[in-house]
Amino acid sequence: MTTTTRAEVEARQGWRSWLGGFFSSSVGLKWLMALTGFGLLLYVLVHMIGNLKVFLGTDAAGEYHIDLYGEALRNLGGDLVPHESILWLFRIGLLALFGIHIYAAWVLTLRNRSARGKERYEHKRNYEAVNYANRTMRWGGVLVLLFVLFHIADLTVGWANPDFVEGAVHDNLVASLSQPIVAIFYLAAQVALAFHIYHGAWSLWQSLGIVNPRYKAFRRYFAVAFAATVFIGNTAIIVAVWSGYIS
Amino acid sequence: MDLSLKIWRQARANEEGEFKTYQAKNVSPEASFLEMLDEVNEELNATGEDPIAFEHDCREGICGACGVMINGSPHGPQSGTATCQLHMRKFEDGDSITIEPWRATAFPVLKDLIVDRAPFDRIMEAGGYISVNTGAAPDANIIAVPKWSAESAMDAASCIGCAACVAACPNSAANLFTAAKTQHLNLLPQGKPERYLRAAAMVETMEQYFGSCTNYGECEKACPKNISIDFIAMMNKDYVRAQFFNMARQGQK
Ligand code: FES
Repeated sequence: MTTTTRAEVEARQGWRSWLGGFFSSSVGLKWLMALTGFGLLLYVLVHMIGNLKVFLGTDAAGEYHIDLYGEALRNLGGDLVPHESILWLFRIGLLALFGIHIYAAWVLTLRNRSARGKERYEHKRNYEAVNYANRTMRWGGVLVLLFVLFHIADLTVGWANPDFVEGAVHDNLVASLSQPIVAIFYLAAQVALAFHIYHGAWSLWQSLGIVNPRYKAFRRYFAVAFAATVFIGNTAIIVAVWSGYIS
Repeated sequence: MDLSLKIWRQARANEEGEFKTYQAKNVSPEASFLEMLDEVNEELNATGEDPIAFEHDCREGICGACGVMINGSPHGPQSGTATCQLHMRKFEDGDSITIEPWRATAFPVLKDLIVDRAPFDRIMEAGGYISVNTGAAPDANIIAVPKWSAESAMDAASCIGCAACVAACPNSAANLFTAAKTQHLNLLPQGKPERYLRAAAMVETMEQYFGSCTNYGECEKACPKNISIDFIAMMNKDYVRAQFFNMARQGQK
């Protein structure tokens, strides 16, 4: 290990300077985590708002609003593009966001482990800033990932859902969430997600370097509001189906 | 007051160490933490046992030599205070106190409570300075420094390099140190010409030794100078910008 000199930094040229310097540096990886995290936050919010359509019930023709919404998503771009193509673009984009986010978390976790070494403090560390949300970012994140995988298997492709019918969003949702085991897992995942968002939605400003005193207080409000909104919206759906309010 | 001290003893680097318990009798509440250790060492000297090695220099909270982990808190229980400025009145009679060296892969223990903080020197070499021409002293105030940047730079410059931030961090990251050392220069006109090169060189040197920031905020709480993690955000921004600016070749064929 040696000093990275300013001459070395100055001598960098072209795209390699990004891959070698920025995207392999920890600060750069955290920057990527913050950007992808922000994208995923937006996705989670839109997903939650869209799903609230389940509360609208049926339209005049007897079709569930949420089924129509699902079809509209598949039909994005109308007749101009092949069916489902825009939706697939979004899916690929999402996958990339997830992939980069998890890759960065993985690399950074390994680096942090080795930087910390094997020695531990004898006396219990008297943590003052560490809280439940930021301490569980890694394992909470893994839980959220497992949930997402199950959720896709359950309600997107239907592997985990024996009553699955392609396109019948409302019925699939009810079939799945009226099983207590599934509903409990969904609720637990919402708790994990809320904690993950609470720390992430604050931390991302820090990683991106957005710390203007004029907006600094807003970062914490944003995190609380975002986590609470997503949590309340999503759990409302789970509880409504589980309790039989929606059937 | 009487105290029981549990202290890490390690004869030299790369050797096994262990905790040993010592009794400190009749400690004055007016004594500083280091003076209390001095008294224990006097007794050890009298019995022929090797005195407890700890680092210290100024004993007025400005050099950063004296950092140790006291009962799981870097620099002990009083916030915004270096170990040498901590007084024994913060403890109760009969307390037992665990004193340990900083723990991080980058900071091997040299002896007892002393660790090798040389990686900080590597970071400073990478860019913790400004380049100026020598010669006659320039006129005072010839470069206008805005009040806000002077204040902010002074806060960053209060870093004494004690490494409590690394010791406090669950990832052993040195981002608070490096942020303070980049920003106290980057915020001032005199530091501006080398701003982005400094950020890149110092960040990348830091990352060869230390972990990454996960925004826990423990470093800020541990810092004897109460340096804000806002400086870490500023350093992150400078590091990102450093990827876009390359002053050396602007407009060159
Ligand atoms: S001995 Fe100098 S800061 Fe404590």
